[in-house]
Amino acid sequence: MARFIVRRLLLMIPLIIGITFITFCAMALVPGNFVSNLAMDPRIPEAVIKQMEAQFGLDQPLLVRYGRWLWAVLHLDFGISLQYRTNVTFLIASRAFNTVLLSLASMLLSWLLAIPIGVIVAMRQNSIVDRILSVACFLGMSVPAFFLAFLAMDFALRTGWFPVGGTFSPDYASLDTWSKVADRINHLVLPAAVLGLAGMASLMRLMRSQILEIKNAEFVRTARAKGLPESRVLYKHVLRNALNPFVTMAGYALADLLSGAALVEAVMNLQGLGLLLLNAVRSLDVPLVMASVLMGTILLLVGNLLADLALVAVDPRVDFATLAAQ
Amino acid sequence: MSALPRTLEPAFAEERRDRGALAREWRLMRWPARASLVMLVIFYLFAAASPLIAPYDPVRQYRDLPDCPPMALHLTRGADRVHGWLFAYPLKMVDPLARRFVPDLSRKTYLRFFYRGHLFTTEDASTPYFLMGSEGLGRDLFSRIVYGARVSMCIGLVGVLISFSLGLFVGAFSGYVGGRIDNLIMRWCEIEMSLPQFYFLLALAAVIPSGVSTVTSFFLIVAIMSFISWASFARVIRGMAAAIRAEPFVVAGRALGGSRARILARHVIPAMLGFAAINASLSIPGYMLGESALSLLGLGIQEPAASWGNLLSQAMDPQNIEHYPWVLLPGLFLSLAVMAFNFLGDHLRDRLAPGNLR
Repeated sequence: MARFIVRRLLLMIPLIIGITFITFCAMALVPGNFVSNLAMDPRIPEAVIKQMEAQFGLDQPLLVRYGRWLWAVLHLDFGISLQYRTNVTFLIASRAFNTVLLSLASMLLSWLLAIPIGVIVAMRQNSIVDRILSVACFLGMSVPAFFLAFLAMDFALRTGWFPVGGTFSPDYASLDTWSKVADRINHLVLPAAVLGLAGMASLMRLMRSQILEIKNAEFVRTARAKGLPESRVLYKHVLRNALNPFVTMAGYALADLLSGAALVEAVMNLQGLGLLLLNAVRSLDVPLVMASVLMGTILLLVGNLLADLALVAVDPRVDFATLAAQ
Repeated sequence: MSALPRTLEPAFAEERRDRGALAREWRLMRWPARASLVMLVIFYLFAAASPLIAPYDPVRQYRDLPDCPPMALHLTRGADRVHGWLFAYPLKMVDPLARRFVPDLSRKTYLRFFYRGHLFTTEDASTPYFLMGSEGLGRDLFSRIVYGARVSMCIGLVGVLISFSLGLFVGAFSGYVGGRIDNLIMRWCEIEMSLPQFYFLLALAAVIPSGVSTVTSFFLIVAIMSFISWASFARVIRGMAAAIRAEPFVVAGRALGGSRARILARHVIPAMLGFAAINASLSIPGYMLGESALSLLGLGIQEPAASWGNLLSQAMDPQNIEHYPWVLLPGLFLSLAVMAFNFLGDHLRDRLAPGNLR
């Protein structure tokens, strides 16, 4: 197991370098840089602009800039955000926490809903419930998450039951610990519901087809034949096996979650990684863009690794040797 | 003269009835797939014939009618029918701050069909009829939606075409050649697949210069999205190509002395084309959503050009949704189109791969 983890971690290195390099090149392709926006201000003398360019290393060739950035990152120094004028590490950490919180909450929600519904629907294949839910599923898969987010904002605005966007209340700092937690949760409900519902439909379809496939497998028939009660057959034999692909999917779902979260963050004004990246891209804040992309990549790769580890733990048919061979 | 057994006759009759392949396909569809097909045809008509279908110029501003609600239509009674069957009372803004409008009951704007090269419009373009209301700058939302279909409905097709050809070629090559080259290409695909795609899309979208024409930014967006998404497609194709390599007809082709390129082009790629086409069609909605997301955030198609995504950007302000709920209509069109593609893709998958029927 340790060897597997080390191997995977080592494989991440070229991956991360490749991704960050492409991003770096893309940002370099953009005409102008952060300083050129300031240069348009006639009150700032040209010498200051030149000095700033030198200070941020913007006058160096591309490879040198990338090398410098990489070297700094290896020392866990992500640089200074040109836009916020603060340490990027600090900015990223708090934002990544919010994004992870949102992703996990929505994942939990969609699984808690999709798995039981998928089971119920599969157990009553072709019944009215099955048909209605299957069509509803298709509708759910088709409505974009950002559209749901708009509807959620409207809902919050009309009912007043939830805050209209934002990560926490304006008076957050003055609250005591428990009120802070409650405030956070209150702000998390709608975004998590939006993201969770958007991801739920495809999960439910997967669960349904899994159960249908396993329901008639031979080991299930054996379990019934030896006289196990139906509930035990369902929970111990059908469900356990049907859940395996979910563990694998959790890793890939993370990619979708991060993407979806970025949009929902932008629409609902949540202070997450996606919104941070969006603002950084808009203002050509290269250190911040690089750090956000790096952070997103790491979240994704670590998530995939964790999903693989979980799969080995859950499914006795899979071991590290087969995973490594893939 | 009944040489044929009676039981066979109905079958023959049936075959005669649906000689056209298209008619047969239509009969095999269930109602959601049929409705989807009709909807998509309508949306592509929007894109192909936008100047005809849109009642007004999509960039013309009616400055006295910003954020105007959809107008009610009334049936003409009696002798007034000479002007047309349907009319609306023109709206007048009574409160410019709250954007409150009242109908001017003393005047009537008659709707004319097939008039001056429009499907429907009003006789006098300066007193417009807003089917779906107007947006913040007083432009007709329906006309903008019709023109927006050009971007939104085409981006999927163009994007799929690019990543489809790229993925098909690279995947087939990689799977057929095998060995170290295969390994290298697949590692590269893995890099692309493990990207946090939307983050990457956001970062790359910054490259699109702000001053370029709509067509240019359209193609840049397509190129970026294809660049991100061809890899997963190539991997699937590569798996198929690796399996096909062992098939007798490929082995025979090699034994007969066919070159690598010839076997690839004549045997391997054609064998996968059908599957590849379905797989590609399933990814069309992804492109549509990607473009709308970018345009929504102001990084994609820029004003004054319209796409369903950038039309929706009005809804970014929750106050707008509350007071002018019709700003959500472009999102409805987008959802309908995505849904139609999903239903149709599902139908195609069932239709062409009976083994997957479940």
